[in-house]
Amino acid sequence: MGNPANAPLIDVDNLGVRLNTSRGPAQAVRGISFSLKRGETLGLVGESGCGKSVTALALMGLLPDNAVLGGSVRLDGRQLIKLSDADYCKLRGNRISMIFQEPMTALNPMHTIGQQVAEPLRRHKNYSAGQARTEAIALLDRVGLPDAAKRVDAYPHQFSGGQRQRVTIAMALACEPDLLIADEPTTALDVTIQGQILDLIADLVEERGMSMILISHDLGVIAENVERMMVMYGGTVVESGPTDEVFRRMGHPYTQGLFRARPRFGARKGTRLKTITGTVPELADLPSGCTFADRCPLVVDGCRAALPPVVEVGHGHGVRCIRTDVSMADRVGAVSA
Amino acid sequence: MSDPLTAAVGLPTTSVPSRPATGFWRRALRHRSFVLGAALVCLVIGSALLSLVWTPWPAYEIDIASKLKPPSFSHWLGTDSFGRDIVSLLLVGARSTILVGIIAVGIGLTSGVCFGLLAAARKGWTEELIMRMSDFTFAFPAVLSAIMLAAVVGPGMLTSITAIGIFQIPIFVRVTRGSANAIWAREFVLAARASGKGGFRITIEHVLPNILSILIVQATIQFALAILAEAALSYLGLGTQPPQPSWGRMLNDAQTLLFQSPMLAVYPGAAIAVAVLGLNLLGDGLRDLLDPRLARER
Repeated sequence: MGNPANAPLIDVDNLGVRLNTSRGPAQAVRGISFSLKRGETLGLVGESGCGKSVTALALMGLLPDNAVLGGSVRLDGRQLIKLSDADYCKLRGNRISMIFQEPMTALNPMHTIGQQVAEPLRRHKNYSAGQARTEAIALLDRVGLPDAAKRVDAYPHQFSGGQRQRVTIAMALACEPDLLIADEPTTALDVTIQGQILDLIADLVEERGMSMILISHDLGVIAENVERMMVMYGGTVVESGPTDEVFRRMGHPYTQGLFRARPRFGARKGTRLKTITGTVPELADLPSGCTFADRCPLVVDGCRAALPPVVEVGHGHGVRCIRTDVSMADRVGAVSA
Repeated sequence: MSDPLTAAVGLPTTSVPSRPATGFWRRALRHRSFVLGAALVCLVIGSALLSLVWTPWPAYEIDIASKLKPPSFSHWLGTDSFGRDIVSLLLVGARSTILVGIIAVGIGLTSGVCFGLLAAARKGWTEELIMRMSDFTFAFPAVLSAIMLAAVVGPGMLTSITAIGIFQIPIFVRVTRGSANAIWAREFVLAARASGKGGFRITIEHVLPNILSILIVQATIQFALAILAEAALSYLGLGTQPPQPSWGRMLNDAQTLLFQSPMLAVYPGAAIAVAVLGLNLLGDGLRDLLDPRLARER
């Protein structure tokens, strides 16, 4: 608010999250830094358990009480870490919103969808019940719910998964937030619906000038929907940069592995999917050096000594690997995604 | 905003049920167990109310000459060992039974649910404290706490109601906290938090409505247990004092005469069964009617 247009909307610096699990403290997120201007979009990609969702919840201030946060998160210059819960409540749903993975469970079965969409408007904008209802119908209409005026009083179980995700999008957008965090918004949906929902989100982000952080494990989703991307592994960002640039010149062996592991259209029958050998390391006992060292085809002793520094390999394109000379020379050049 | 196409063809535009309030009574009247339960509960409440203005015989009048009479035209269900009219006793007994059930369950339900919700919402040491306190209360049987209370304030209906109520608190605390914790772990609660709701509003708007059905069922069970506990306490001389009748006391009085006049035990037993059955059916029906997922035509 009142900030120059080129100042970052959200500025994350060296964010760290330690969770106390039954297996001891786990460093779920280590030293993540990025900043987003108004209207920019960022993708977070990685396997399950790499810290994507924890990062999202940390930005929302929704981590369990026993989580220990480090670093800084600034929204329009205001420090959010250690913000009191009451103050955070005023931001959530108002300036920062989130869309969740499971539309089947993200709506309360006991309330009508109209009530649920109107709720943030009533709380954050002090709308009257009537105003909020009218606005809720308009929002539901905008997100493409058929016959919104009639169905506003229906309950979540009366909708399909895709329709419910449209409702949760309407809920998240009700107060016109500055930042939208979409945590795997299409993972639980049919493939045929996925594209529609992503298009809808992209349209709304553009239309309202929001910033968006899109979280996905699907490289295709990331490639088509965001300007910049960060690849996460074991709680660290292993590669980041403009989406086109990263896809053209993947620098980290993990990103390359992810890319090779996706199913390909037109592959010969009987071709086996490539996999990355090994499993994701336990966050409770991460290796001391590069977190990917145990699964990396290019590993050398130096990898295990210390967490590799970020190497700048192109404009705004950083790779956390000491063997980019080999990995990027080895790279099969331009790949049209 | 009607769709011109559907309007032109004259199709029904929607099959979506409207808001819960409008259709509630219409659905309620078609819900068999709700109607039956409501009827039985009304019967019990009606008896209690009736006894305030009229009973066939004065309920406390002892007539030793006509004791243990079988049912006849003047005493419809016969008389007890003191020659008191059974119908009159049942009518008057309904009052204390209802009082005990409603007040004791009321005490247990309100404080138990509040503590349980608080424990689930706050977690940490608040939860520990509440749960250990309820373990502590639970460790004392209702009879023991009634004896302690009676020693302090003297025996009577109030004493037994309070003791039963206190005994019920930990039961409701546990049920509430367990089911509330399950709701807190659901994604829609996370979504509600992400939309800026605080703990109190989430508890009231999201957690409570979703555990209501469990609480209703538990409350009807506890109501039955409260009636039986009152009977036991009366038997020990800690509950309602003679000559004031209650169904539990009548049941206990009949125990010594089980071989001479077994029907004496059947009448109050049947009355208790009717009250409990009615409440159970009512609670069941209420749960169905309040849950939008079950609100389809039945």
